[in-house]
Amino acid sequence: MVMEIVCPAGTPASLRAAVKAGAHTVYCGFADETNARNFPGLNFDRTEMRDGIAFAHSHGAKVLVAINTFARAGSEPLWHRAIANAESAGADAVILADLGLLAHAASHHPGLRRHLSVQAAAANADMINFYARTFGVKRVVLPRVLSVAEIAAINAETEVETEVFVFGGLCVMAEGRCSLSSYATGQSPNMQGVCSPASHVDYHDDAGALSAKLGGYTIHRVTKGEPAPYPTLCKGCFKADQSTGHQFEDPVSLNAEKLIPQLFKAGVTALKIEGRQRSRAYVAQVVRNFRAAVDAQAAGLPLPEGMLASLTEGQAATAGAYKKTWR
Amino acid sequence: MQLTVGPNPFFWKPEAWSGLYDALASAPVQRIVLGELVCSKRLPFYQDRIPAAIETLQAAGKGVAVSSLALITLKRERKLSAELVETGVEVEINDLSMLAYLPQGMAFSVGPLVNVYNEGTLAWLAARGATSICLPPELPLEPVRTLARAGRDLGVAIEVWGHGRVPLAISGRCYHARLHGRTKDNCQFACENDPDGLDVATLDGQDFLAMNGVQTLSDSFACSDHQIEILQEAGVSRLRLSPQTGDFAAICALYRDRIDGKIKRGQIAAALQTRYPGIRLSDGFLTGACGAEWSGASAQS
Repeated sequence: MVMEIVCPAGTPASLRAAVKAGAHTVYCGFADETNARNFPGLNFDRTEMRDGIAFAHSHGAKVLVAINTFARAGSEPLWHRAIANAESAGADAVILADLGLLAHAASHHPGLRRHLSVQAAAANADMINFYARTFGVKRVVLPRVLSVAEIAAINAETEVETEVFVFGGLCVMAEGRCSLSSYATGQSPNMQGVCSPASHVDYHDDAGALSAKLGGYTIHRVTKGEPAPYPTLCKGCFKADQSTGHQFEDPVSLNAEKLIPQLFKAGVTALKIEGRQRSRAYVAQVVRNFRAAVDAQAAGLPLPEGMLASLTEGQAATAGAYKKTWR
Repeated sequence: MQLTVGPNPFFWKPEAWSGLYDALASAPVQRIVLGELVCSKRLPFYQDRIPAAIETLQAAGKGVAVSSLALITLKRERKLSAELVETGVEVEINDLSMLAYLPQGMAFSVGPLVNVYNEGTLAWLAARGATSICLPPELPLEPVRTLARAGRDLGVAIEVWGHGRVPLAISGRCYHARLHGRTKDNCQFACENDPDGLDVATLDGQDFLAMNGVQTLSDSFACSDHQIEILQEAGVSRLRLSPQTGDFAAICALYRDRIDGKIKRGQIAAALQTRYPGIRLSDGFLTGACGAEWSGASAQS
């Protein structure tokens, strides 16, 4: 069996690029606060969604629509419409996190397949089985706090398909349960679908050093000429107990390509690539490489090595929580 | 408006842990939630004291609930969580995994670490047995108003984060252990020396966050001194106060006096500044442009 590659598409062009590069499945969202990558210039209007899904289907690929923020009180119809529009556009599934939206989708759109977003942070088999029993969830995107052994244990205890992140941005905190960004900027992943927004980033040149601020807080400083990583809060540089450093996580990104055989053995159905904000060239390259890797895995051939090193953030990659010592 | 004391998020010495609840027995609060929220490894140090604390508080006429963990992953934690519903005491769920263990029809309360952002979620939880919901601390006033109305219609008490360092994130990784070059499994209880969390400052030395094992909190202490009236008007029925070191029962009394009109707007903040010199306050999640803002900034300088 070939593991399914689930690829990001921030734009219709990226969707086509991902499908042509060999994506089994593409995920995307509407251009509003209903999805957790609500960045300027990204995402799909209703027509683009319908056309994108038709294009993917004509190439044998599936499309999942992420409606994975938490609906705003008083404005739930916006989220309800997104679910209805995804269904009428022909989406193969919706990716949801909000309890209220899961209940709504289960009762109003019973024929529409439901996946549980990573934003729901379902980190154990009991919780996953609860979502399956109660809302008919068929697949869960696992939070990035679990080791490979724990993922295997979960799969042994559930019929729900599991999808895990293998490449791209890495949340260090349990997803959907983090308010660091709104504390500093007023914009949150749960409410607005954004984290550490570019609108609140400020670079300062002081005495030969380049400082990066988010919401007025200086969380990076590099010597001029050094690459300056984007100031994402949990990967910032802080002072604590007389030590200065990346107290939460280094400015690394996730690359679990070497773990593909272990994840396969652990019973994982699908491998997810983060990065709806990335260019279509990036998406195409990552997809091609991961497709080659899962095809090799399925054929019992050795995996191609080090294929994605140049694409990881700041040229540093981690296997994250998949290795138990990360904790 | 009633006062609820939330579970102590920090790792305290057993004597200090018991001291908090002894003091709260005579404090002007209606509800107390206790038990381990942040890290299951801390529980064995004070677990045997929980029944006595519950008994003392109940004898003093307090409503008592036990909190679930905020992030349930390990087998041991799942077992512990399943057993929580058998204690005969109301359970406050702070991880939705608890819904897998709560028998249908058993009443429960919902803590601030469960994502209740809208009427649909609130209605679903109410139908499942929720009688009280503390909203996520990042919610601004407008949705709080909407949810307080929905809660009233459904007979669910709506509570808002009123005081204390704000829980901002929970992780699989222990930052206290990481700071000491250890992993979570071999943490050697690196968090035990920081009973209010460990201050985390920016590169400019600006106070920003606080580290508490696997949890990250705000550096500032939320203080709803300036929002008491608007929260009452909004129909919020309970205010949550989160424990800190020092005379916490006295902090509870300040909020009680403020709600009862015995002290004026600004006087909680002023008293906190006096008792905890240098304390930084915030109320930005409710009424500001971002969580860290403080509407009484002039009183702080």
